[in-house]
Amino acid sequence: MSEIQETDVVIIGAGPVGLFAVFELGLLDLKCHLIDILDKPGGQCAELYPEKPIYDIPALPIVTGQELTDRLMEQIKPFGATFHLGQMAEKIAKQGEGADECWIVTTDMGMQIKAKVIVIAAGGGSFVPKKPPIKGIEEFEDISVFYAVRKMDRFKDKKILIAGGGDSALDWTLNLHPLAASMALIHRRDDFRAAPDSVNKMRGLVANGAMDLHIANILGLNGENGVLESVSVKASDSDAVYDIPCDTLLAFYGLTMKLGPVAEFGLNLHENLIAVDTEKFETSTKGVFAIGDINWYPGKLKLILSGFHEAALMAQEAFRIVHPDKKLRFQYTTSSSDLQKKLGVA
Amino acid sequence: MHIIVTDRDGNDHTLEALEGWRVMEIIRDYGLPIKAECGGACACGTCHVYVAPEWVGRLYPASEDEIYMLDSAFEVEKNSRLSCQILFTPELDGLRVTLAPGSES
Repeated sequence: MSEIQETDVVIIGAGPVGLFAVFELGLLDLKCHLIDILDKPGGQCAELYPEKPIYDIPALPIVTGQELTDRLMEQIKPFGATFHLGQMAEKIAKQGEGADECWIVTTDMGMQIKAKVIVIAAGGGSFVPKKPPIKGIEEFEDISVFYAVRKMDRFKDKKILIAGGGDSALDWTLNLHPLAASMALIHRRDDFRAAPDSVNKMRGLVANGAMDLHIANILGLNGENGVLESVSVKASDSDAVYDIPCDTLLAFYGLTMKLGPVAEFGLNLHENLIAVDTEKFETSTKGVFAIGDINWYPGKLKLILSGFHEAALMAQEAFRIVHPDKKLRFQYTTSSSDLQKKLGVA
Repeated sequence: MHIIVTDRDGNDHTLEALEGWRVMEIIRDYGLPIKAECGGACACGTCHVYVAPEWVGRLYPASEDEIYMLDSAFEVEKNSRLSCQILFTPELDGLRVTLAPGSES
């Protein structure tokens, strides 16, 4: 475990609301670290709809998810926030009492950050791989069924079946093919959304008899004690049902959002959302705030602009917690030379 | 105007339908469990429904984007659609759909 890092505020989630929180906190001289399970900032905007237009951001009649992310990154640049990407905030623990009270946030990679304030801006939760609703699949998970490749060696000399039609499915088909004892790809239709070059290479391997391609849907898994022997499938263009012998199934159906470890933080929840007040957007635990899509209060609307507003109010209280002895002076960026200096424009 | 939605337990629900709403929005607004996690951007595949056979030919065909996105849904059949891509119009009064596995919220 590495040394504990220290900051004023840890923000869990680097989506648009988490990013804007850096701005509001930054104006009050509060330093931030952000943690996000994705390998890039932007959250849903960057992962789900980077190319899709958003029409309800004030003063931006039309902006794509990626553009919004890029602009927020530009806006918060003066504040030098630290990003910890590709990690999931797994645990929060209180430390000390009274004036020494603070939080330690631990990620799934064992990284620890110490801060006075935690802001949960985790949107719909963590992005995790979609799991096919196949009966009994849990028994096979991490033994024969996987949703990601961490170490390629693990799949050496395996009889692999890969499910999916996107880039992940195609990339891993090509990457693992040289190691595997056998390789097969299964997709519901004979058309792939992946990079054309990968699709061509895959088709080349199929034409040479180096791997199999099944245009079919998975019906069930066969095996015992998590050890896979074959996968039962139904052909897409006929009623033919047959088994594909394999000892490893890699399923790539994209990502979905799960509340994840946040549910275990000990905060009051309201139907899988974190209950907050509407003055400070603080949770049932002092020093822990929730803003954006992940929070709930009467009248809540899941809009990016609501999250921006919540970030601004949260920042006021965060300041009071980090600096209980300092007076908070509310200032405007239009007139305050102090704020303009922080923004690097004065 | 209304649509009839069969949930994952096989129960039918009659939902008031408004012109110009997406079928996903009608289902979500009524309170049936539908994940629809991208909010209707045709970007997640979690508002997957099966359209009753008699209605399949009466809908606008799926766009290439929708067909692609159905690749990330499960148990996709010939009558599979993403409900965020079905815009409700008066011609669809009485439309029947069934919520598909993996779309539960």
